[in-house]
Amino acid sequence: MHKQIYLDYAATTYVREEVIDAMVPYMKEIYGNPSSIHSFGQKAKQAMADAREQIADVLRAKPKEIYFTSGGTESDNWAIRGLASANAKKGKHIITSSIEHPAIMNACKQLAKQGYSVTYLDVDEFGTVDLKQLEGALTDETILVSIMYANNEIGTIEPIKEIGRIVKENSPAVFHVDAVQAVAAVNIDLSELSDVDAMSFSAHKFYGPKGVGGLFVRMGTRIDPLLFGGSQERKKRATTENVTGIVGAAKALTLAAAEREQEQKRVIELRDHLIKRVLGEFDNVRLNGHPTQRLPNNANFSFDFIEGEGLLLRMDQKGVAASTGSACSTASLEPSHVLLAIGLPHETAHGSYRITIGADTTKEDIDYTVDSLQAVVTTLRNLSPLYNPNKKG
Amino acid sequence: MYNEKVMDYFYNPRNAGELEDANAVGEVGNAQCGDIMQVFLKIEDDIIEDVSFRTFGCGAAIATSSIATEMIKGKTVDEALELSNKDVIEELGGLPPAKIHCSVLAEEAIKAAIENYKEDEGKAH
Ligand SMILES: Cc1ncc(COP(=O)(O)O)c(C=O)c1O
Ligand SMILES: [Zn+2]
Repeated sequence: MHKQIYLDYAATTYVREEVIDAMVPYMKEIYGNPSSIHSFGQKAKQAMADAREQIADVLRAKPKEIYFTSGGTESDNWAIRGLASANAKKGKHIITSSIEHPAIMNACKQLAKQGYSVTYLDVDEFGTVDLKQLEGALTDETILVSIMYANNEIGTIEPIKEIGRIVKENSPAVFHVDAVQAVAAVNIDLSELSDVDAMSFSAHKFYGPKGVGGLFVRMGTRIDPLLFGGSQERKKRATTENVTGIVGAAKALTLAAAEREQEQKRVIELRDHLIKRVLGEFDNVRLNGHPTQRLPNNANFSFDFIEGEGLLLRMDQKGVAASTGSACSTASLEPSHVLLAIGLPHETAHGSYRITIGADTTKEDIDYTVDSLQAVVTTLRNLSPLYNPNKKG
Repeated sequence: MYNEKVMDYFYNPRNAGELEDANAVGEVGNAQCGDIMQVFLKIEDDIIEDVSFRTFGCGAAIATSSIATEMIKGKTVDEALELSNKDVIEELGGLPPAKIHCSVLAEEAIKAAIENYKEDEGKAH
């Protein structure tokens, strides 16, 4: 049995022991429905109020501004649909970027079918949104701008503060941020990011459980519900609350915030060691994403002449689990829209490999990974008709 | 995702690499769609004496390339022309539905190589 190394923390994380421990009572003893007025229900309600307060504290928001959801996708969908429809009287123009997660992208496409017009902003070679283009695209009819805090594939962190300022100076639009990859990983202070009106997060990206997340909606921002029914979440989201998940999400975020500074430093060191080794030891390789403005745990490489799925599977055989933007398995046969948006040619986009580091990653893991990459990349290049070992590009 | 046989052919591809004394070469696909395959054939008296391949593509593309070369080795040119991607998939014990398209590559590359061979033959005579 060989080593098993998980390097796909951007896809999801395990749930921390402390988080599991915090959640268990809410499945066993404190299982009441928070809407019930008896003591079973009221205890659950209190747990939810505490969780809301803890999350608001970390994000420097007000508890009333935090709405719990079933995760990043729901928060994104809700933000796009709910903010658009609440503001539809003012206009029908939406702006987003060309590198958003499908949860934003496909929600916008759906609205485009319903009479909204959507502008997809370009990004530069590092994945940074074109601010000039944003400024030019904003009009009095623009009701919503949605830009991600950090990209899930290439890790680029967008200039959110600057984007918010441009949005508010040039339009009446509300500004939503998909911060699913950024919350916990980087310090987000919503009291300072005053132009951000709404923000999505998801607990399974920071060692919390899957299927729970939230949407921050700043006081005074109007949003229509996505789910209609009972009066949960101040009538904004019907359905009996996922109390267990909510308690877990709050515990996970609180722990992450307390440990952030130290953990960030450790993870950045590992990431930089990885990047340095790969760029130093391989020919025909590139780092995708921004050289400095990137998530602490993200490294995304393109290895020329080979295809990502093969790379991923052979690395998996060696015990290393990571990710690729080559999606031969997708119906469209298109490689990642993010890699195409930063200008990679198709064949380079097909050869991408994303490594995301996490709490259990050690320097030995990184070195083992790079050593394994050496063998796997060589094998696949020797198999590739695009590779000519005598010609180095 | 893939069955054991597919994984075996992907991890241990038979007939991989360039064939030094090939007298027919076929190449199909393009980097745009993500899959490229080269087939090298050594044909003598209409028999495929030796064969090899190089493939840029996913696990399914590499596995089908490899097993297809095995399936035509020792066969006559006409027999090789009859190989279909269905035969290749069957020999592998099946592919995930999304990967069926990747198996067309091998069939096409072999046909292209044989076509090139026949053209060259025609010129020689
Ligand atoms: C940037 C971004 N947005 C949204 C999502 C969707 O989150 P969830 O899996 O919680 O629905 C993800 C998860 O991959 C993400 O990375
Ligand atoms: Zn394929």
